[in-house]
This record gives sequence, structure tokens and C-alpha cells, in this order.
Amino acid sequence: MPTASRPGAPAFVRARRISPATTRSILLGLLFTLPWIIGILVFRAYPVAAALSYSFTDYRGMMEAKFVGLDNYIFLLTKDQEFWTGVSNTLIYTLIALPSAVVTSLATAIMLNAKIRGQALYRTLYYLPVLVPDVALSIVWLQMFNPQFGLVNSLIEWLGSLFGVQILGPGWLASEFWSKPTLVLMNIWLIGNAMVIYLASLQDVPQDLLDAASIDGAGWFQRLRNITIPMITPVVFFQLVTGLIGSLQLFTQPYVMTSGQGTPANSMMFYSMLLYRNAFQYFNMGRATAMAWMLFIAILLLTLIVFRSSARWVYYGGEERK
Amino acid sequence: MTVAAATRGTKVVVWYKIPAVSLTLRLLRHLVLLVLGLSFLLPFWWMLGTALKPKYAMFVMPPLLFPWQDPKTWNVLVWSNFPQSFTFTNPPFMVFVFNTLVICGLATVGALISNPLAAYGLSRIRWPGRNVMFAITISTIFLPFYVTMIPLFLVFRTLGWVGTPLPLIVPAFFGSPFFIFLLRQFFMTIPQELSEAARIDGASEFRIFGSVILPLAKPALAVIALFEFLNAWRDFLGPLLYLSRKDQYTVSLGMMFFRMEYDTEWGMMMAMATMITIPIIVVFFFTQRTFIQGITLTGIKG
Repeated sequence: MPTASRPGAPAFVRARRISPATTRSILLGLLFTLPWIIGILVFRAYPVAAALSYSFTDYRGMMEAKFVGLDNYIFLLTKDQEFWTGVSNTLIYTLIALPSAVVTSLATAIMLNAKIRGQALYRTLYYLPVLVPDVALSIVWLQMFNPQFGLVNSLIEWLGSLFGVQILGPGWLASEFWSKPTLVLMNIWLIGNAMVIYLASLQDVPQDLLDAASIDGAGWFQRLRNITIPMITPVVFFQLVTGLIGSLQLFTQPYVMTSGQGTPANSMMFYSMLLYRNAFQYFNMGRATAMAWMLFIAILLLTLIVFRSSARWVYYGGEERK
Repeated sequence: MTVAAATRGTKVVVWYKIPAVSLTLRLLRHLVLLVLGLSFLLPFWWMLGTALKPKYAMFVMPPLLFPWQDPKTWNVLVWSNFPQSFTFTNPPFMVFVFNTLVICGLATVGALISNPLAAYGLSRIRWPGRNVMFAITISTIFLPFYVTMIPLFLVFRTLGWVGTPLPLIVPAFFGSPFFIFLLRQFFMTIPQELSEAARIDGASEFRIFGSVILPLAKPALAVIALFEFLNAWRDFLGPLLYLSRKDQYTVSLGMMFFRMEYDTEWGMMMAMATMITIPIIVVFFFTQRTFIQGITLTGIKG
């Protein structure tokens, strides 16, 4: 760690001796951050390391842990059918949910960004769903999307009857094919957070840039494409990263909707539900921690990929663009 | 698609600036926003509406979009689901509410103690190692919950805390990276001169923290209190892991348990869902400005 030195101090003082003032500042700094340092060590650093070491053992939570090398990883990757079901469900969900959430929240924010009457009211309206506790939300969703007596299918049927056709709605959460799309719909209902953030960043786009473009004859769409969107790419990028991390860890909604079973036909068995099941129903802590570490690595890799790609599409103000 | 005409010497006329077109477009946008907004409200309506329906009207086809539409009980709303759902289960739902409030309150106190301290140390005191600490803080934001979940569970089990609400409360007293980041950003905007002046007057660092910085940071502290409280109120996985006896359940866990036991009591279920949602919405309406500020603060760090 470099020692802070005053600009006027002679160079040799810098070499070894730490001045009393510096010592004092270190002590003060450590004192203020002490609870947090304990928080890092006890609630973060230790568990991460312990999880890694458990992942190389056969540990049932009660008996002594037995070192088994890479067995847990090998079993999960080559023999465990459930594991791959969890992986593919989670990836499929993420691939549909993430882009659709980004597009809808951005589109809503752009629509709201103009000088429009009732902006605050609309903003509140779109934000409200975010406040509903996940358990309550999941149960309401179960009711609304019930294939027999749910609201959604009867609305679909009613719409069909207006045109004289009889349409039967899909099975939604009861159908292997529709269960994930239903979950995606539910998460589109929760775009409020992202939308508020986009709206705030849209309002930071410099007006003079937009005006200059207008004078040069750029239309609404050109301004949007060439100024507004590039200016907010850092925010989109951040939303993408947090959204990715969030949807890979999806748990509460599918757990509540399927009572932890991941039905129908395992189509709602997501990675973190499986991890939970391994740890707290099969009490196979070794295998569960191996899953946790693989999730960790997957998140790191995917985030890294997004980061890498960001050089090409994220624009930070003031930097040269090729 | 944009520029319609640019004849010599005349002003450029864009097609969507023609008054009639522009008006239509604006109305169209309102229409889209309104329809979308209504579809965002629909689940709320359905939640409340189902809670107010008589039992036999629950499965009437087509479903009653308005709970009072049922021809048998025209104009009658069934309010009894609300009081009934509070006492129906054993232990009653009231107990779950009380448990949740205790956890939320204590966790919020913890968050309000640990996070400002850490944020102060990371922004208002110059010390070697500060930047390293800050970098570590930021990197822990991205640590997935599931990586630490099992070892932490085992630690709490060794301590004998599993089956008590302690694992849901105590960690809040040791800081959360997200809140520390948020507060640090806020503390950085407070002019350094204020601290200097207090220092010259002989105030200790803790004095400056307590009587200069904290009072100025009230809006940011409000954001943290609000977010911590709501997170604890809505948390499901934490209580699922650590609470084993029914009389310790939180509202989220209590609702889950209710759904598994009485999966046909839709009216009461929706009454519960409404009751655990309404307090949040009320809080939101009173603190809307703080709320929006907080979300914006957390989202923009590109």
C-alpha cells in the first residue's frame, strides 16, 4: 500500500517511516469500517472459501466431510439429469426474459420521456407492481393464469367471441411449453424499477445535442438512434449485468408457484431451486456447494462476456469513439 | 422517413410536425400508455376483487371482472375475508405480521448503524488502503447469494441460530455493499470544508460524523431505511432457510404455508396478498420522492 505523503515533504521521508498522522488516519479508517470489515470476512470471504472446500467433499451436513476430489462436479456434469434440466431451464428463461425486459422498460421510458401530461402518474402506475411481495405476486399470478377459471383465458375467449371465433387460451402455468413464457410475462410486469432508472438517465441526455441534431434536420427516430440511445448505453449495460445476475438466480417466484416442485414436467425447475433441493432436501451439501460455485463461475464468465462486448456498444461521455 | 420536404428557402417541414398528425400521434401515445397502465393495474384489481367476492362466485364463468356483478348477491362485497384471514390459521396471521415487523425493524436499525459508519470511513477519511477497501466493497455487490448460502447456514447452525430470526437480523449490523456504495456516493458530494471547519473547532472524527455529516445525509439515510425495511418485509428465501416453527413465520412464509394448506381459499389468500401489499404501497405514496431518488441513485453508476 502506498503511503500518503504531503506534497511538500522531502522525498526520503516517504521511504519507510509512516508519520503519526498517517497511523492515526489508518486507525480511524479501520475503526469506522470495522463492522463492515467483519461483515466481509464473516459473511462473505469465509463462506465463499468454505463453499469451495465443501464442494470437493462428500458432506451430508451431519457427518464428517469426506474429501472426494472433483467427484461432485463430475457427477453433476456427466451423470445428473436434473442438473442439465436446471441449466437449460435457467438459460432458456434468461434468454427470453432479459431482452424482453430491456426492450419493454426502455420503450416505456422513451414514451414517457417526452413532455407529456401525466408523466408522474404513468410513472407511478408502472412502478407499483414492483412493490408487491414476490409471494403475493406469485399467488395472484397463479389465480389469473389458471387455465380453467383464470381471468386471462376468459379475456382471451371473450376477445375471440367478439370476432365470432372460439379461442381456447393456452394452459399457462399448467403447460410445459407455456410455463416459462408466463414467468417472463410476470417479470415484464415488474419492469418498473428499470423504467424509472432509464427515465432518469434519459432526462440527463443533453438537450443541446438533441437541438443541434434537430437543426441539422435529424428526425425523431434518427435522434433516438444516434444520440439518445448511445448516451444511455452505460445505464443499459448496468441493467443488463444486474438483470443477468438476477435471472440466473431466479428462485422465489417459481418456487412459490410450483410449491418447490418445478412442475409441470420439470419445466419450472430452475438452477437455484435445484441447488436448494440438493442442500436442504437431499442434505447433500457437497454437491450443492459445487453447484453454487459453478453458478458463481458462470456468472463471472457471462458478466465478463457482456463487459468485453461493451467496448463495442457502450458509450461513455468524453471518450473517443471509433 | 423523416424529412418530408425541403424546398428552396422554405423551412424544413417534418411530417409529424403537421398539427393534425402531431395531435393524433400524441393521443395515440396516451392511448398506448393508458392501455398499458391499465393492464399493469389489472392484477391489483384482480387481487382485491377476488378478496371481495363471495365463495360461490369465485369460479363463475366467465369470471366477474367486478366483484359486485354477481347476480345472486347484487352489489354485495364480501369484506369478511379480511378479518377472517387474520385469525383463520393457527397461529393467526397477526402473529406473522408481528414477527415480520420485528425482523424488519431490527434489520433497519442495523443497516442504519453499520452502513453510514463504513461509508464515512470510505469517503470522509483519507487513509492508505481506502481505495482497496472500496474496490473490495464494490466487488462483493456481485457475489451471488447462493455461493455463501450453505456455509452461512452451517455457521448459524453451529451457533444454534437456525430456527430463530437472528440470521435474518444480525448480518444487517455488519453492512451491505450496496448501501455502503450508495451512501459513499452521497457523502462524497458534501463539501470537505464543512469537516475541516469542525476539525479546526476541535471536533473529533466521531463528532463530525454524528453532528455534521449524518444530519446532512438524511435523505440518503431515508432511502436506506426504506429499502432495508422493504427488503426484509418481502424476503422469502431467508425466512424459508432459517425459520422452522410456524409461530416464527414472516408474512411471506405464512402466505406460502397458507397456500399449501388451504389451496381453495382464494378469497382469503387474496385478502392476505392485499394486506401484505397495501402497507408497502402506502409507504411508497408517502415517500415517493425518496423512493424514486433512491432507485435512480442505485441505477446510475455506468
